[in-house]
Amino acid sequence: MAENEAYVLHVNGSRREVADAWLGESLLYVLRERLGLLGSKAACEQGECGSCSVLLDDELVCSCLVLAASAVGQTVVTIEGIAPHGSPSDVQRAFVECGAVQCGFCTPGLIMAAHALLERTPQPTGSEIREELSGNICRCTGYGRIIEAVQRVAVWRAIGP
Amino acid sequence: MSTAVREGTIKGRLGDSPPRPDGIPKTQGSFAFAGDLSADGFLWGATLRSPHPHARIRRIDLSAAWKIDGVATIITADDVPGKPTYGLISKDQPVFAADVVRYVGEPVAAVAADHPETCRRALAAIVVDYEMLPPLFDPERAIDGSHPPIHPSGNVIRRQRIVAGDQSLVGEVVVEGTYELGMQDQAFLGLEAALALPDPGGTGVELFVATQWLHEDRGQIAACLDLAPEKVRLTLGGVGGAFGAREDISLQVHTCLLAMRTGRPVRIAYSREESFLGHVHRHPAKIWMRHHATTEGRIQRIEARLVLDGGAYASTSSAVLLNAVTHVQGPYKCLNATVDGYAVRTNNLPCGAMRGFGVVQACFAHEGQMDKLAVACGLDPVEIRLLNAMETGDTLITGQVIENVAPVAECIRRTAALALPDVPVGGRGGDPLDLPGGAGLTADASHIRRGIGWGVAIKNLMYSEAFDDYSTARCRLADGVVSLKFAAVEVGQGFVVLAQQIARSVLGVDDVVLEPIDTSIGSAGSTSASRQTWMSGGAVDGACRLVRERLFEHIGALHDVDPVRLAIDGRDVIDTLGTLRLSVSAASAGVEFTETFEQHHRPTEELDENGQGSCHTAFAFVAHRAVVDVDPELGLVKVVQIATAQDVGVALNPLSVLGQIEGGIAQGLGLAVMEEIIFTDGRVRNASFTDYLLPTMLDMPPVLASMIEQPDPMAPLGAKGVGEPPTISSTPAIVAAIRDAIGRDLTRVPVRPSDICLP
Amino acid sequence: MSVLIPTTLAETVEALAGEPSSMVLAGGTDAMVEINGGRLHPQAVIAVGRVAELRTWTHDVTSSTLRIGAAVTYGELEGRHFQRWVPALSQAARTVGSPQIRHVATLGGNVATCSPAGDGLPVLAALDAVIHLVSNAGTRDVTFANFMVGPKRTTLQPGELIEAITIPVLSGWQGYTKVGVRNAMVISNAGACLAIDDEGGVRLALGSVGPTIIRCGDAEAFAASVVDHESRSVTDADATEFGRLAAAAARPIDDHRSTAEYRRHAVAVLSRRLLRRAFPNG
Repeated sequence: MAENEAYVLHVNGSRREVADAWLGESLLYVLRERLGLLGSKAACEQGECGSCSVLLDDELVCSCLVLAASAVGQTVVTIEGIAPHGSPSDVQRAFVECGAVQCGFCTPGLIMAAHALLERTPQPTGSEIREELSGNICRCTGYGRIIEAVQRVAVWRAIGP
Repeated sequence: MSTAVREGTIKGRLGDSPPRPDGIPKTQGSFAFAGDLSADGFLWGATLRSPHPHARIRRIDLSAAWKIDGVATIITADDVPGKPTYGLISKDQPVFAADVVRYVGEPVAAVAADHPETCRRALAAIVVDYEMLPPLFDPERAIDGSHPPIHPSGNVIRRQRIVAGDQSLVGEVVVEGTYELGMQDQAFLGLEAALALPDPGGTGVELFVATQWLHEDRGQIAACLDLAPEKVRLTLGGVGGAFGAREDISLQVHTCLLAMRTGRPVRIAYSREESFLGHVHRHPAKIWMRHHATTEGRIQRIEARLVLDGGAYASTSSAVLLNAVTHVQGPYKCLNATVDGYAVRTNNLPCGAMRGFGVVQACFAHEGQMDKLAVACGLDPVEIRLLNAMETGDTLITGQVIENVAPVAECIRRTAALALPDVPVGGRGGDPLDLPGGAGLTADASHIRRGIGWGVAIKNLMYSEAFDDYSTARCRLADGVVSLKFAAVEVGQGFVVLAQQIARSVLGVDDVVLEPIDTSIGSAGSTSASRQTWMSGGAVDGACRLVRERLFEHIGALHDVDPVRLAIDGRDVIDTLGTLRLSVSAASAGVEFTETFEQHHRPTEELDENGQGSCHTAFAFVAHRAVVDVDPELGLVKVVQIATAQDVGVALNPLSVLGQIEGGIAQGLGLAVMEEIIFTDGRVRNASFTDYLLPTMLDMPPVLASMIEQPDPMAPLGAKGVGEPPTISSTPAIVAAIRDAIGRDLTRVPVRPSDICLP
Repeated sequence: MSVLIPTTLAETVEALAGEPSSMVLAGGTDAMVEINGGRLHPQAVIAVGRVAELRTWTHDVTSSTLRIGAAVTYGELEGRHFQRWVPALSQAARTVGSPQIRHVATLGGNVATCSPAGDGLPVLAALDAVIHLVSNAGTRDVTFANFMVGPKRTTLQPGELIEAITIPVLSGWQGYTKVGVRNAMVISNAGACLAIDDEGGVRLALGSVGPTIIRCGDAEAFAASVVDHESRSVTDADATEFGRLAAAAARPIDDHRSTAEYRRHAVAVLSRRLLRRAFPNG
C-alpha cells in the first residue's frame, strides 16, 4: 500500500479500517489513537515491558514492535477482546482476587500473557510461569500475587473454582 | 464509642481483603489512565529540552518552527504570565529556562500541534543559541565553594548537623566505612500524561493529570499562570504508579499554558526517554560513618558525613537530607552523635522524592556498619541488631522520644523464625533458571556460593519539621448508601478499597460510592511518606463517625432513645440497652447526612542548628533477611529468598499490605543489583527500559512476609503506613548476603558484576 | 511511505530490485524501536514475514546441514528439533529478549542488524554458517565471517535479501552462554559459543567483545592440541589457558552496559567453562 492509503485490520473479530494514517505507525499507536482501543498500554515502546502485549495470529507479541500496516490480513486480539461478552475471564477475576492488580498499568499486558501461557501450558510450573511472563514488567507488585493468580487459574481450570 | 461490628457480618470491612473497586476495569483495560484521556479537537503538546548541562541561552529563534503546517502555538519563558519558577519547598525551578539551562533535559520551550510527528518536526526547527558554561558535577566542589554558584540560591541546598551528647567519646570498638548509592529511577510504568481544557476567555483551566498531590500541584500551577487557585481545577487522571516521581510537577504548567494560549484542549504524554529527564530521581549519595561501641557491641556514638547530590534544582532535597541525617542511627539505641549532612546543587538531573526518601541512603550505610560491628565484636548479624534494638521510650539523637509502638526486636526475631529456603544451590531439577545467569547458561551449580544477609530499618511516617500535611474527607449517607469524597490520590496502593472498608465498618453499609478524586474538596496531602492510610484513612474514618453520630441522633429522636445507647451491629442500628434494631438502610431512608472531617497529625518541630528537635510525626520498623546465590567469578547474583517481618500496626487490608511489602522489596532489589541511571558529563546514557534494567519475574524471589500487628495508639485506625519500609532495608540485606557469599566488602549500590569479580 | 507485504520470494526480490533502498522488515523488533523513536523514517517497507520460502527450514541428512529461512523466528529455534540439531543456537534463542520478542524476531533479522551483541551470531560464527543472499541478479553465498564487517555493518548489497542461513549439523558437543546483568530480557555484555566439529576441532566465537563476532584462532588451536576426545578430558590448567587466549582475542569497549575490563574477564570465564562442559573430565 502507498502513502495514506487506507488499510484494514482484523481486531477482536471486527474489520477495522485505518484511513489517513502515516504508514510508519505501530500497531500499538493505531489501536490506541485510531481505533480507540486504549487497553493496550505504552510504557517503553521498545518491547522491553510487555504492557502493549496483544495476540497476533494467536502469538503473544508487543504491539509497539508491529508495524500496523504489516498486520493486514492477520488477526489481532487485544485486551478488549480476550474475554467474550465483556464479562471478566477467569484470569481477570483471579488477578483481582489475588491482589495482582495495583496501579494496573501493566495489567492488560500481563492478562494477555497469562492467557497465552495457560492456553499453551494449562498446568505451568512456577519456573514456566516466571519464564513465560518475564517479558512483562510490573513495578508495583513484586510479582508474587501475579504468580499466585496464574496458579489459581490453573487450579480452577483443572478442578473447577 | 468504638466501632462495633460483629465478625463476619459485612464483607469488605476492615481486616478483610475485598476486591478493589478499580480491579476488574484495570484487568479489562477500561480503566482510564491519564495517558488515555482525550477531548474533541485536542492538540498534542511537546517539550524542547536542553542538550547541555550548563549553558547560557543567548537567543531562541522560533521563526522556522512557526512556519510548520499544523503548529498551533509555541511558548517559552517569555510566555509564562505568573511566577516564572516553581518547586515543592523552594520555588527555584523555572517553568522554562529563561537565561541559563542547568541540566540536560531542562525544558526550554513547548509546542502544540495537530500530530505528535508535527510536534517532533517543530521542536527540531527551534534554534537555540547556547553559550557553554562550566558544568558542576562533583558534589564536593559544591560544598568547598571551588565552583561558582550555578544558581542564584547557591550550590548548597541545605546543610544540617546533628550534635548530640558526648562529642569526644571514643569506643572500645570502632568501625568505619564509606558507602555510595547510584541514582535510582522510580520507573513507574504509566508515563507522565495530562489533558488540559481551557475555560472560555482564558479565565481558568481544568487539568486531568496523573500526580501524587492535586492541591499542591494546583497551587504551583495557579501561581505560574497568575490565576486564583479556584480558577485551576484538577481532576486525577488514572495514575500508573508514582513512587515519589509525581510529587513534583513536570508537564502540568506546560499543558495548561498551551491550552490557554490556543483555546483548545491540549494533551502531553511523555515518552519513556523523556520521562527519565522529566521527573526527579532518588538522590545519589556518598556517606561516611564511624561507629563507636563497647566490646560487647553496644553502640555508643555515631559519626557521619552525608553528601546527597540534589541535581540542578531543590525539589524536596532539604527534606530528603533531613530524613537521611535523622535516620543515621537506624533502629538502634544511641545517644551520642556527630553528623554533618549536605544536599548540594549540581548540573545533574534534579533529585527529589522516591520511596524511602533519604532513609534508603542512610540505611544502606548504617546496616553496612552493623555488619562490620558484628564482626569486630564477634557477634552474628542478628545478635548485634537485637542487642541494640530500639524500643518505645528511647530517645533519638535528635532528642525526640519514640512514642510509637517500636517492635524492632520482634521484627528481627520474627524474620529469623521464617524458614530458610530448603532448595539447594541450583534447585533440584537442574533448571538453569534457578542459577545466577539463568537461561544464559553461565554457570553450573558447582560455581555458585550462597550467602545470607540482614537489613533492619526505621522509617518516619508523614511529613516532618512543623508541616501540617492534613487530609480532608467528606462522607454522605442517604438511603443506606454511603458516598465518600476526598482528594487522596490513588496511585495503585489501594486507598480506594481501604476507604470503602472504613465506611462499611463504621456505618454498617454494603454500598460505598467513591466520588471523583479532584480539587473540589480540601487537600488530602500527598500520596507519599507512607501517610495516606494514617491521614486520609483517619479523615474518612472521622467523617464516617460524624455521620454515624448524626444518624444516631436522628434514630434516637425518632425512637426516643438516648443516642449514646445506639451502635452499629452488622448492617443494623441497635439499642445496646434495649430491643430496638433496624437496618442502616431503613434508618437512613429518606434522610441525608453529610459531614466533612479534617485529619491532622500532632505538630512537629524544626531541627535547630545542632539537629535537635522532635521533627518527625511517627515511626515504623521492619527487618529483612536475604538469601542470595552468587557466581563469584562472573559477579552474577540471583536472589533466592527474602524473609521479612514488618511493623504494620494493624493490617487493615492484608492483601494490600502484602502487595506493598512484595512490591517495595522488588524496588529494593533493583537498587541492590541493577538499577542505576548512568551519566556521562550530565547526559543520561541509559534513558530506556533496554538499558535501565528493572527486576523481572525471573529476578524476584519468593517473599516470606510476617506482619507484626501491634495497634499504634497514636494512629487513627491503629495502622501504620506500610509503603516505604519494604524498600529501605531490603537493599542492604541483599548486599550483605552477597558480601557473605563472597567474603568481600561491597560499599556501593547497585552492586555491579565487576564489583564482585574484579580486583 | 509505502508498505508491501509479499508472499513469495520472487515478488520480494522484484520489489527490492525496483526500490533498492527499501527497508526489509521481518520481526520488526529492531526496526520499530528506531521508527517509534523518530530516528528512522523509511520511505518503503517490504514486510517479509509472510514469504513462505523465508519461513521454512529444511534438514538435509545427506550433507548433514540445516537450512533455516531468514524469517524463521527465535521462538521456533527454541523448539526441540533445533535443540537436537543445533543445541547452541537453541540455547541462544532462549536468551533473546522476551517471549513476546522471540515470537516475532527472526534469525535473518539478527543477521541483517548484525549487532556485536546479536544473540545468535556467535553460534553462526562458530559453526561457519553460510548466508544465502538473493537479488534479481541471482544468488550469492557468503560465510558469516565475510558477511559481518563491523558493528551493524555487513557486506549486504543494495537490492540483496537474506534468504536463508545454512548451518552444519555436527555430532560433537556444542554450547552457548551469555552474560547480562538481569536474569531475563537482557542485552548480552559478553557471549560465547563453543562447538566441536566433526574433525575434532574446537571452535570458539565471542559476542559483545569487539566490533564483530570474534573467532579465537589461538584458543582453538591450543584446545585442539590439549583436549582428549576419547576420555572427554582437559586439565584445569589447560582450560584456564584456553580462557586466557580467548580473552586475549577479545577487543571489548567500555560503554554504559559494562566495561572492557569486565567483558574481557567474562569471556575468559565463559570460554573456560564451555570447554569444561565439552570436556568434563580431567
